Amino acid sequence: MGTLVQTFASSSSTLSTYATGLAGHAGEAHAATGVTAYAWLLVALPLLGAAVLLLGGRRTDKVGPVLATALSWAAFVVGALVFFAMLGRGAEDRAVGIDLFDWVAAGSFKVSAGLLVDQLSMAFVLLITFVGSLIHVYSIGYMEHDVDKRRFFAYLNLFVAAMLLLVLANSYLLLYVGWEGVGLASYLLIGFWNYNPAYATAANKAFVANRVGDFGLSIAIIVMFFHFGAVDFATVLGEAGTNANQGFMTAIGLMLLLGACGKSAQFPLQSWLGDAMAGPTPVSALIHAATMVTAGVYLVVRSAPIFEAAPTAQLVVVIVGAITLLFGAVVGCAKDDIKKALAASTMSQIGYMMLAAGLGPVGYAFAIFHLLTHGFFKAGMFLGAGSVMHGMNDQVDMRRFGGLSGAMKITWATFGLGWLAILGVPPFSGYWSKDKIIEAAFIGEGWRPWVFGTAALVGAGITAFYMSRLFFMTFHGKKRWTDDVHPHESGLLMTVPMMVLAVGSAFLGLVLGVTGGISTWLEPVTGAEPEGAHPVLPPWLLIVLTLVLIAAGAGYAWMRYWRDDVAVTAPAGSLATQAARQDLYQDQVNEALLMRPGIHLTRSLVFADGKGVDGAAGGLAALVGGTSSRLRRLQNGFARSYALTMLAGVVAILGALWVIS
Amino acid sequence: MTAVAPLALPALPAAFQQSNVDYLAILPLLIVFGTALVGVLVEAFAAREKRHAIQVGLAVVGLLAAAASLILAAKHQGVTMGLTDGSTNRQLFALAIDGPALFMQGAILLMGVLGVLTMAERFGGVGPDAFTPSGASTPGSPTESAAVRAGALTSEVFPLTMFAIFGMMLFPTTNDLIGMFVALEVLSLPLYILSGLARRRRLLSQEASLKYFLLGAFSSAFFLFGTALLYGYAGSVYFGDLSKAIASGPLAMNGLLLPGAFLVFVGLLFKVGAVPFHAWTPDVYQGAPTPVTGFMAACTKAAAFGAILRLAYVGLDTGRWEWTNALVIVALLTMVVGAVLSVTQTDMKRLLAYSSIAHAGFILVGVLAFDRKAVGAVLFYLVAYGFSTIAAFAIISLVRQNGAEATHLSQWAGLGRRYPVVAGAFAFLMLAFAGIPLTSGFVSKFAVFSAAVGTGGATGTVLAVVGVVCSAITVFVYARVIVLMFFSEAPDDGVEVVTPSVSTTFSISIGTLVTLALGVLPSALLDLADRASQFVR
Repeated sequence: MGTLVQTFASSSSTLSTYATGLAGHAGEAHAATGVTAYAWLLVALPLLGAAVLLLGGRRTDKVGPVLATALSWAAFVVGALVFFAMLGRGAEDRAVGIDLFDWVAAGSFKVSAGLLVDQLSMAFVLLITFVGSLIHVYSIGYMEHDVDKRRFFAYLNLFVAAMLLLVLANSYLLLYVGWEGVGLASYLLIGFWNYNPAYATAANKAFVANRVGDFGLSIAIIVMFFHFGAVDFATVLGEAGTNANQGFMTAIGLMLLLGACGKSAQFPLQSWLGDAMAGPTPVSALIHAATMVTAGVYLVVRSAPIFEAAPTAQLVVVIVGAITLLFGAVVGCAKDDIKKALAASTMSQIGYMMLAAGLGPVGYAFAIFHLLTHGFFKAGMFLGAGSVMHGMNDQVDMRRFGGLSGAMKITWATFGLGWLAILGVPPFSGYWSKDKIIEAAFIGEGWRPWVFGTAALVGAGITAFYMSRLFFMTFHGKKRWTDDVHPHESGLLMTVPMMVLAVGSAFLGLVLGVTGGISTWLEPVTGAEPEGAHPVLPPWLLIVLTLVLIAAGAGYAWMRYWRDDVAVTAPAGSLATQAARQDLYQDQVNEALLMRPGIHLTRSLVFADGKGVDGAAGGLAALVGGTSSRLRRLQNGFARSYALTMLAGVVAILGALWVIS
Repeated sequence: MTAVAPLALPALPAAFQQSNVDYLAILPLLIVFGTALVGVLVEAFAAREKRHAIQVGLAVVGLLAAAASLILAAKHQGVTMGLTDGSTNRQLFALAIDGPALFMQGAILLMGVLGVLTMAERFGGVGPDAFTPSGASTPGSPTESAAVRAGALTSEVFPLTMFAIFGMMLFPTTNDLIGMFVALEVLSLPLYILSGLARRRRLLSQEASLKYFLLGAFSSAFFLFGTALLYGYAGSVYFGDLSKAIASGPLAMNGLLLPGAFLVFVGLLFKVGAVPFHAWTPDVYQGAPTPVTGFMAACTKAAAFGAILRLAYVGLDTGRWEWTNALVIVALLTMVVGAVLSVTQTDMKRLLAYSSIAHAGFILVGVLAFDRKAVGAVLFYLVAYGFSTIAAFAIISLVRQNGAEATHLSQWAGLGRRYPVVAGAFAFLMLAFAGIPLTSGFVSKFAVFSAAVGTGGATGTVLAVVGVVCSAITVFVYARVIVLMFFSEAPDDGVEVVTPSVSTTFSISIGTLVTLALGVLPSALLDLADRASQFVR
């Protein structure tokens, strides 16, 4: 048996004895004891909910939503207990591996399924279960009148289970299962109202973009297996940090990045996120803002040792992040649909996280930090947008909003806190996390800090403009309502989650950032910040620059969208505005580069076969209709040439071998 | 098989040795062959209206009985049907009943059951729906319509299938080149006939049959020529002798060895549809009745790879430095051509034909790893692929437009919205072909590629990398089918999924369930394949 496979087999067998850990960073993970041993409940509880609701049928219609919400909270309670147990241990003993079962164990390879509970996965577990449960509560109010809400809650629970599996998996293969699971849940939820053809198309688009990404991830896993003979984090990341071939690491890194781009809507696979807003708003808040779309960032941070060993791949991560953060920001400036504007903003903010994750140890902790604060304030704003839509007969056109601050005070206040947070106004959450990323982007040598730092800095200014535009157009200025709407505040079931998230938007950054707690917490996983890394510009200057740009962006938005009147129909706008409205022609580019050549290739080959072309009818007629004689004639001609191919093949191969030997 | 010693002939040594036959070891073969013969008698004597039921029942019972008797045969492993030459101590045995042979026999028998059940689909008619009532008549002729009016049915497909299965079981079991050739012909001849019996689009079907026959005969000629060269080299056709002769043979004779070995391989590679001997595959897969295509794709491939394994690991193992490169070229070509051409296919059956070519390439990668583990991986792959394929073709046979099969891709648009269960099962099988985790396709690809990287050396690594890239290309093809079924608007052209009888439903569900089971919990079968991976000599 080859050494590779032996390594694989032996590494798996050791796994079962002393569990997993991130060698190279955290040392060995410890076997689970106490409450931590029950961490599998995190995945099992919501999964149980999904199963009960889907299999229970109409009988669970009444109890379903409450049950799903309760199970989601139960998962949060388990997560919190595991978290406190972890706090009780020293920093080096916090990572814990839990073996579940031997998944594939026979013949030449072995994979065991297990969970890895460490600082990084716990940060995600708390975010997912807490925000997820709040959104469950909100959904009870939001989906009150939907006839099929049982199915909706089943999918939500399925999503939570899959997302938890994704972040808790101890191997890339199990992560992949969660990865596919969240993709499935996302697809089901985007198309939840699939009686609307446009929504079904949106689900389709998300499906295709995600397939491209998943495909990258699966190739990464396969290459990983070839190189390391294993796919569990302990072996792969351990060996990546010590003796890895840089070419292989670059290949794996780039393929992982492709996967991350698909899931996290990063350039060039970002086009689906805007369309995914077709799903119910709580879905946009949970999946397409707070959790699933950040899975790509998790993947990159988790795979840190691989990227550390592949500077090229790391650079590409930073470039992708920088492009996306500007791309999303520019698109966000022109969108009139409140949810699509928020989606563009999500894309842009994840661009920030990606950029930070690509910077290496100076950025990992801040990528996760921003991910957590963003999870709160963006989910809060999406829920706010849902509340606005609720009060405005499901309208989404911001040009028809305006002056809502009076009619919806709670929504205005909670949304306002989220707005201040995403702008990066001190002392709200976003300031602490985004400012750190900008600072980190300015660290380095040569051209990089200047290019990436400037991108991050400019992005902050544009963010201030488009988010203020959104906020002012919705809540301030003149009322531009259509005649039939009577805006009203939503019920407590919806506003309480918004308030809780608003509190997070306000203070989470302060709590985690001012103490430096998040960096210390994540250090065993992501590695320590290098000593003596200073930005090329002094930090105080960066802070001042950032704040000036934010003020300028917000001020310009104030002039345009609060002080001045906003037209109820969109003006033609400049070329730049038109381009941004069209997502910078991303769909057209995709079509020209990817779809058309494929279609043409297929068509020309169909022509060559002498069959009809024009879609269903033509092809059908050619094939089933009276063309069998023509087919026969064609194929009779081929029989000889088939035999000739065989003969030529034999002669060519034998000839080649003779020449070689 | 008891031979009467011809005492009168003085040329033979006085002590004529009787051939040893272990009847329990070959019991599965005998049962299948016997069932086929009884089937012929049923065809002659049973009343027409009862024939279909009797034939289907007989075939299924025969196959299951043979599968059960494998347990007995497994206790009688070893070489049989021959003798040990007293003077030279040469092992002259025609059959080798060992792990790989028995594993393949079992796989072929079980997949054969599903194949027969799919062929038995009647949709309420008198005879099997996929087959013409009168195979010998000219398509569209008065003879044909008369046969239809008279209620003729083609129940002889079942004995034919049984003969084919007999040949397939024999194929990986034979221990010498002549026996292998006989098995090759025994399995091929019934398939040539079965391919030509489609009820609809009969010209296409007959042409497929003729083409398959012509090219099959052509490839048999290669096989025989190779056999002659190898006999010239070794002075024997028995694998044991071949192996020894190559190990100790004179270098000067190598001019015979390489072409001989490769030409024999050509005959076998033709059967699995390896490039450049694949040209028949798309045409025959498309033209043959769909249940026959599924049966062929699964069982013929399994049998032929069983034979390739035995030839490569037992007969020609000592000379593999001579011929490995030739097979490496073939494997590379097969994967690349199969994957690339599948991208542009517009017919579902042709698409699966190219997919089957690509899969043949992936399996060859496993064969070329030259290791016991690799044998296990190849055996597993064949079973996993076979079950998925039979189910996939059975589903294709259900998608109809005006009673005829709707195999053009465009006709499948939007199928998932109206028939979510059937389309869902098909989508799942597509994912298995693509090798997505949690399907058997993933485990099998994982197994063969890891074997190739593990023991195939640099060549194995190159093959595996090309294999991964090619599977990547094919993912696009399968994903496109899924997208088409679930996300395209259904054209209003009356394509429907007809409701199958219990037998087809059974085949589809079992095929799909096995695909899932082998993806989620593959350990049991991997273990079995691993334990069955030792050849006897």
